[in-house]
Amino acid sequence: MFSTSALVAGVAILVVLAAVAIFLVAESLPAFLANPADISSDGSGFWGLVGPLVFGTIWAAALALLISLPLSIGIALFISHIAPRKLAQGLGYIIDLLAAVPSVVFGLWGITVLAPAVQPFFVWLVDNLGWIPFFAGPVSGTGRTVLTVAIVLAVMILPIITAIAREVFLQTPRLHEEAALALGATRWEMIQMAVLPFGRPGLISATMLGLGRALGETMAVAMVLSPSVIISFALLQSQNPTTIAANIALNFPEASGIGVNVLIGTGLLLFIITLIVNSIARVAINRRKAFSGAN
Amino acid sequence: MTTMTMNRPVVASGYRPLTKRVQLTTLGLSVVVAFGIFFILDLGGATHNFNIIGAVVVAAVLDIILIYVLSRISEGRRKATDRLMTGLVTTAFLVTLLPLISLIFTTVVNGLPRFDIDFFGSSMRNVVGAGGGGLHALIGTLEITGAATLISVPVGLLSAIYLVEYGRGRLAQAITFFVDVMTGIPSIVAGLFAFALFAIFFGPGIRFGIGGAVALSVLMIPVVVRSTEEMLKLVPNELREAAFALGVPKWLTIVKVVLPTAIAGIVTGVMLSISRIIGETAPLLIIVGMSTSMNYDLFSDRMATLPVFVYTEYANQGMDTQAYLDRAWTSALVLILIVMALNLVARLISHFLSPKGLR
Repeated sequence: MFSTSALVAGVAILVVLAAVAIFLVAESLPAFLANPADISSDGSGFWGLVGPLVFGTIWAAALALLISLPLSIGIALFISHIAPRKLAQGLGYIIDLLAAVPSVVFGLWGITVLAPAVQPFFVWLVDNLGWIPFFAGPVSGTGRTVLTVAIVLAVMILPIITAIAREVFLQTPRLHEEAALALGATRWEMIQMAVLPFGRPGLISATMLGLGRALGETMAVAMVLSPSVIISFALLQSQNPTTIAANIALNFPEASGIGVNVLIGTGLLLFIITLIVNSIARVAINRRKAFSGAN
Repeated sequence: MTTMTMNRPVVASGYRPLTKRVQLTTLGLSVVVAFGIFFILDLGGATHNFNIIGAVVVAAVLDIILIYVLSRISEGRRKATDRLMTGLVTTAFLVTLLPLISLIFTTVVNGLPRFDIDFFGSSMRNVVGAGGGGLHALIGTLEITGAATLISVPVGLLSAIYLVEYGRGRLAQAITFFVDVMTGIPSIVAGLFAFALFAIFFGPGIRFGIGGAVALSVLMIPVVVRSTEEMLKLVPNELREAAFALGVPKWLTIVKVVLPTAIAGIVTGVMLSISRIIGETAPLLIIVGMSTSMNYDLFSDRMATLPVFVYTEYANQGMDTQAYLDRAWTSALVLILIVMALNLVARLISHFLSPKGLR
């Protein structure tokens, strides 16, 4: 009796996940099958609409990762190998605090504090480095650009990557570290020789989990970005590629008819993208069971 | 061997380690120079107000470069690289503290003006402009989170028990893998799922609280399963074997021996998972919607929730912009306080309730 209910609960999880997939497919089918002219005015249909959104999602997440990854590795190394032992745990808690802040608060902070603060810096970038395509003008007057969003996303995924990287670095065999030091290595050389190679698989999965979070993040993007459905690599303009999640959040309350199906269709796509990214992360973790403490 | 030689080990010629005094002097020098530069810029009118963050960053960069050069001259390349990387890694940590401090500071400063009795005593019914409060949103958040917890905890707990105590072979492996995958479902997809599920039965205009609870459960269950699983694995096998040896059936062993031993960790995990979903906005925006009035009924009509309240107050600012922003910040402050309180309680529980041997 008891074992049966435990089994049922376990199976229920599989059923829920399957249900997520099935209901999303069922509700988005009309969007796939609809006449392209019903979906967008220029007749490009579902895929024409979805292309820029997928681009925007991956672009913003990749930028966030680019900012977040070096910082996270630095912080993890600082906590695990450089900060005084007594402080280390407290410092870890401080970084974990970032994970406790709801995303809508990050959005509010991003638009009222961060965007005005970085806007003068953007002006400077466009004036002085405008010849690089990424920094091409005209500069956004509000600071609500994809780069600002990437900074907010980077701060949001930082605690996840840091937490896993820290665990992995701490699991480096003590003997490897001491051997390196005994051979006369400086602390940084020891980190290079012993800690980083040992932690690489863990770092890969940490990166993937951070990427998965950044891909699906909604409110911060919806609030900070001034969105448009385009494909553009420019970081500082007022026309920015929006993400799937933000697009759903902004348009869903007013959507009706086929519009709802289209939005659910994009959600299904987001689900598939994050599913792939997370599966890669999990496979990377599972291959090295030594990192089981990391998840 | 005399004390002299022990204090001053023989080293290769030209190697003179940087003393603490040299390092501190360099730091002080860079801070003075950096703040000097920014002060002059400020006086000259090049910047509008004194940029303290910029000054600190410049000081840090200056210090790292100076130390590197000095170390390169007196200690050699390898030691210099070591100092450079140590400096960079420390800076990475300090840079990350900036957004955290800024965020908490702004939330507290902007949230305090409306952190009053009125905010916790009234809803937004018939309020345009100043006044009003977030009581309806607070109630909504508590009800929906409570319902999500009621759904997630039994399912999560039983699944974890299955995985640790009963599950063997393919099925258990599949469940473990998909629980991990489920952890990564974007919150907005969970919201869309709940909408798709209920729209099929109730039509596309459906908005109600229990839908939000279902969406949040999808996000919460995997977290509960993971943390409970870890805790059950910590229970020593000797306890189970001792119970079996006394002839206790397996289910009674789990209920009377395994669960009580792990209960502190399990409760901690549940608290942390609640703190994780209580701030979710996107799914609630989709399936619960927003309301300005009290609605205690989870099963009918739109409900207000704190995170969505933050968002709508920001997104639909009326004529009196400041009043709307104030309410948004105050709700954000309340939300952060709830999350921090949950985290704190969870840590206290795990500290005081865990069995002596495992502490």
